[in-house]
Amino acid sequence: MHPILGHLRRMVLYLAAWVPLAALLAYLLANTHAMDIREALVLAFPLCLVYAFVCLSAWYPCRVTPLERTGASKLAATHFLGALVATALWIFVAKMLTDELSESAAFRGLDRRFAAAVPLLVGTGVLFYLLSVAFYYILLGIEVSRDAEARVMQASMLAREAELRALKAQVNPHFLFNSLNSISALTGSDPAKAREMCILLGDFLRRTLGLGEKSAIPLGEELSLIHAFLAVEKIRFGSRLNMVENVDPQAVNIAVPPLLLQPLVENAVAHGIANLVEGGCIQLNVALHEGVLSILVENSFDPDAPVRHRNGVGLANVRQRLEARYGNRAKFGAQAAGTSFRVALEFPAEQEASAS
Amino acid sequence: MSPEASRKLRAALVDDEELARQVLREYLARHPEIEIVSECANGFEAVKAVAELKPDLVFLDIQMPKLDGFEVLDLIGPAPAVIFVTAHDNHAIRAFEVHAVDYLLKPVGFDRFEAALARVKERLAANAQKQSHSLPSAADLAAAARPPAQYVDRIPVREGTSVVIIPATKLDYVEAQDDYVALVSQGKKHLKQQTISSLEAALDPSRFLRIHRSYIVNLERVSRLEPYGKDSYVAVLADRVQLPVSRAGYSRLRAFLDR
Repeated sequence: MHPILGHLRRMVLYLAAWVPLAALLAYLLANTHAMDIREALVLAFPLCLVYAFVCLSAWYPCRVTPLERTGASKLAATHFLGALVATALWIFVAKMLTDELSESAAFRGLDRRFAAAVPLLVGTGVLFYLLSVAFYYILLGIEVSRDAEARVMQASMLAREAELRALKAQVNPHFLFNSLNSISALTGSDPAKAREMCILLGDFLRRTLGLGEKSAIPLGEELSLIHAFLAVEKIRFGSRLNMVENVDPQAVNIAVPPLLLQPLVENAVAHGIANLVEGGCIQLNVALHEGVLSILVENSFDPDAPVRHRNGVGLANVRQRLEARYGNRAKFGAQAAGTSFRVALEFPAEQEASAS
Repeated sequence: MSPEASRKLRAALVDDEELARQVLREYLARHPEIEIVSECANGFEAVKAVAELKPDLVFLDIQMPKLDGFEVLDLIGPAPAVIFVTAHDNHAIRAFEVHAVDYLLKPVGFDRFEAALARVKERLAANAQKQSHSLPSAADLAAAARPPAQYVDRIPVREGTSVVIIPATKLDYVEAQDDYVALVSQGKKHLKQQTISSLEAALDPSRFLRIHRSYIVNLERVSRLEPYGKDSYVAVLADRVQLPVSRAGYSRLRAFLDR
């Protein structure tokens, strides 16, 4: 969109900026070409008004030749050509105007004096046009930097939001209350098992503490967090919960954002296993290939299960955090196929030392 | 004392986690006047057990396989007193402060459990004196408990002791019949004890429209509107079934069809 055309306020300001230019032109005409001041003013103001509109067109070549992506020769050629065309047009209009004026007695002989002023007009025409070009480049520059600023703001806001959600998601209260209820059941029937579950729950909680503040942890640490989580859930769900793990041993030292996989496994339990009368299996695959870490979490689920509306919050959180950290270098896919639900992640493998 | 009062209270425990049932079993063991007639690990079992055994009291978990606690409540009818037992559900808390006999939060404390049981006994004694239909139907309770702006995408219906689930997308229309609604899906009618208004409130209004005092129609099934007698209309569905359209229903339907 043209920054001036179509904005009344800006148009008024723009035309006002041309008033001193018109005065300058009048001064030059009067001093160098034997026109009297009256003739100079009568010529300069209408001509500058016309030229103000001609120069508005300089915006379009500026926009298609951005400074940072155009070679110097192309820039020079484009704008000098533009300047010549604009100036030629201007001189033509000026010629018509003086011809018309010299018909009247008051301006007799103006056409002859004008002919002598043509080189001056060519000079100012080119100069004014190039001034407009410079002006438009400044506008474009402001726009670009404002855009960049907004993008940076948005990215950091997203990242902070994702972090906050990660912190909140650390311990799902539903999980905690259910576990406490299981412990309470066991204290009556099997105190040793109740104690074991207290210890497992304590272990899991301790591991999650402080994780939200770190920007990355070794994958191995995330995996032991998952093991602690599953050990607790295993007591709740008994034989309904099964886990198969297939982890590339080279991958355990790769740095990953904390609590990236645990929510996926938690989802697999809450939305998969918990909805199955006979239970099911969660499969976790981690592979490292050419600097890319691929992770797959797959679980059995009942497609006809009652819909739980918290569904998908965890997945969206994981996807946003991947995006905030790795941008378009990360891939995220979640899909249901028959009675299995799979979430696949791919992101660059960063060695532990370079992270955090 | 009437023989009614001396009869044992019959209770059903519904929770998919064995340990959660174990807590309730342990607490109930201190009450010789209460007999556990059934333990169920999912919603289908619960509906079947309630239909067959007609317990006085049901302890009901909310998150379970097959049918959730709301759907079970919806199906088991108004007869048993229901105590929800849930780990964490703000909507349930809000709803049952108004309607249910009680709710218990996990981990369940013994004192709180005793208080809930006392309320159940009070309620059952009061009900024995009152007409049972003075209570709102269970389906209406469940509909009221649904969080706002969250519409059902499936409707469970009990047929004898088994459960049929009708996905909202496969529901063609609903017809009110006295205290029941008939849900028509793929040419079959399923009866359910619920008012048409509470079902209307549970269905997504952008997909279902009340076209008559006694009819709700799935908008995707309507193929055209035809005049029927003097200024009245019928909606013709894709399978040529004709449904009466009231004056108010006509303007609502017209607005939809014109969009």
